[in-house]
Amino acid sequence: MSQEIKTFTISVYTENNIGLLNRISAIFQRRHINIESLTTSQSEIKDVNRFVIVVKITEEQAIKVVGQIEKQVEAIRAYYHTNEETIFTESCMFKIKSDLLFEEPQIQNIIKDSDSRIVTVNKEFFVLEKSGRRFEIEELREKFEAYGIMQFVRSGRIAVTKDEMKVSELLEDFKKL
Amino acid sequence: MNTETIKKEENKSAKTERISGSEAIIRCLIAEGVDILYGYPGGAIMPVYDELFKYQDRIHHVLTRHEQGAAHAAQGYARISGKVGVAMATSGPGATNLITGIADAQIDSTPIVCITGQVPSHLLGTDAFQETDIVGISTPVTKWNAQVTKASEIPEVMAKAFYIAKSGRPGPVLVDITKDAQFEEFDFKYEKCTAVRSYNPIPKTDINQVKAAAELINNAKKPMIVWGQGVILGKAEEELIAVVEKSGVPAAWTILGASAIPTSHPLNIGMVGMHGNYAPNKLTNECDVLIAIGMRFDDRVTGSLDTYAKQAKVIHFDIDPAEINKNVKADVAVLGNSKESLALLLSELNANTHDSWLQEFKDLYAIEYDAVIKGDLLPEKEGLTMGEVLKEINTHSKGNAAIVSDVGQHQMIACRYAEFNLSKSNITSGGLGTMGFALPAAIGAKMAEPDREVVAIIGDGGYQMNIQELGTIFQQKVPVKIVVLNNEFLGMVRQWQQLFFDKRYASTEMTNPDFVTIAKGYYIDAKRVTKREELADAVKEMIASDASYFLEVCVEKEDNVFPMIPSGASVSDVRLS
Repeated sequence: MSQEIKTFTISVYTENNIGLLNRISAIFQRRHINIESLTTSQSEIKDVNRFVIVVKITEEQAIKVVGQIEKQVEAIRAYYHTNEETIFTESCMFKIKSDLLFEEPQIQNIIKDSDSRIVTVNKEFFVLEKSGRRFEIEELREKFEAYGIMQFVRSGRIAVTKDEMKVSELLEDFKKL
Repeated sequence: MNTETIKKEENKSAKTERISGSEAIIRCLIAEGVDILYGYPGGAIMPVYDELFKYQDRIHHVLTRHEQGAAHAAQGYARISGKVGVAMATSGPGATNLITGIADAQIDSTPIVCITGQVPSHLLGTDAFQETDIVGISTPVTKWNAQVTKASEIPEVMAKAFYIAKSGRPGPVLVDITKDAQFEEFDFKYEKCTAVRSYNPIPKTDINQVKAAAELINNAKKPMIVWGQGVILGKAEEELIAVVEKSGVPAAWTILGASAIPTSHPLNIGMVGMHGNYAPNKLTNECDVLIAIGMRFDDRVTGSLDTYAKQAKVIHFDIDPAEINKNVKADVAVLGNSKESLALLLSELNANTHDSWLQEFKDLYAIEYDAVIKGDLLPEKEGLTMGEVLKEINTHSKGNAAIVSDVGQHQMIACRYAEFNLSKSNITSGGLGTMGFALPAAIGAKMAEPDREVVAIIGDGGYQMNIQELGTIFQQKVPVKIVVLNNEFLGMVRQWQQLFFDKRYASTEMTNPDFVTIAKGYYIDAKRVTKREELADAVKEMIASDASYFLEVCVEKEDNVFPMIPSGASVSDVRLS
């Protein structure tokens, strides 16, 4: 098996219970694996949460970590995927001084070209939201940096997989028990 | 909590009754068949103790002298009986004192349920008196844990706790209950949990994998079995013996697997691992098929993985999918409960014998006997050996005793030389290596199985880690036999210092108190043996005693345990001296 360190997206379907985040993150901590990003939300299934965790590890580690996550009583299923096997995106927000919109005409062109969206504008500042790949967000940040950014924030990765997860079927089977 | 995520046993006859959360806890325990629990009261658990007082004719609470003792006693109870052990403590320090026992139960797959009191819910997160985040602290060392802040949650959480602790690969569960939930009244009804949606305790056994395993075994020239505690936890002793006898495959055991097959069985070839027997260690690297059953290839078993059984096809039977390929790559993996998977395997196996291969084990045993065993069991030197004490215990208990050992040299000697006729007879802290385990675990074991002889074998170091539990033995009149093998050293660490640190005995020498006087202070019959000629009679007297009995044996100070696989070395480099 490849010992090459790669970016893996680990997807975990879980019950929506207090403490599970701690239980799952501890599995990474114990193996000295740094979590690049972690996002949790409602999944496509009612009352089932989905964790999307990005880590840089070997495939062997990914298999073992997924095994340890699935072993947790309240984890329904866990999977690991490479970038090629997922569709993924990140989201970010910029808070920028409104004056710049008038003083620096170039700013308006950057916004137009960036495929981003203005969330709000007032006299003091405006807020811009952009979704995309990390390099696109980074490019935009570098452009604005020259003019000054009041605040910048970027989310963790969210991802869906190209193949099926079959979690719903698993839960249907439980109902038949 | 979402009630659709678990299945419950229908209990139509059960009437709903209005009772307090505390009473509900006791009623849940009774419904789960708990007759004994171990614990220590304190502020945040007092309402439950008040109910225990009312129910004392139906449930026996044992006051240990430290919460760690309660956790280990619950473990001893669970290990000998196969039932769920229960420990209870208050919040804060009471709860944190349970942690070592919980961690031990987690790594050794022991089913226990720990109940902790917690500060009232309105004080959570305020740094209240004796508040600690025990759910956070216990998360990495529990199979499952939960905090209850409303009385109405108690029945379902308790039902889930017992179900999770004992099902699949067993483990410890902690339930933390706030004091206000203990006082609150609600409409109580108990239904046992039968399934949890997100949890698959017993993966389905794939018959094709069983057939693939059988084919490898049927065609093997030098097959070898290494079984672990999975056989005992799965109650698969009979199935394992049938598999071994039909296939003629020599079978070795890990420390926690000990006693699943009697020591005297002709195909029982001894213990693997760091201080295991010479033959099974050496021949691990000679066998053509290695059949691992309910064991997890711990580093103390395998030594260096790079040189472990590389020549062999590996078949791995386990209930826990996360164990497959974790340390050793399996050519064939059979998931499922050992009782079922071994029964399936049995019908696929050809009757066979492996006499010349078995002879190789016997030849290496003869080498080990001359180099190590003879000197341990029949010493000619003046000083007493730990091995000869075990030999006397075997003789006088006729191999029917449950041996509860602590951690260190005496533990290895106990595991190597104790003779076991009955399963669940080797109770020891394997994975965590918890000094202080044996004395309280022996209490739990003896109380769970009062008809069995229970002998605790402890070093002078580990004994002093939970020596306060003599108070529990005295108060509860637990007729447990305690043997301290006193070499006035932390012997195993000293052995390593001698072998690997040029005899720099840093902080391993012990100036000990008069252990006999201490035992007598607790009104426990006690004797000290310093000479060989006193040993047999002393052990005989101890075993014959109907009451608790303390025996100190002053053994040779600087004896070493061999064979030994130095840490990180290969199993084939096992040393005899």
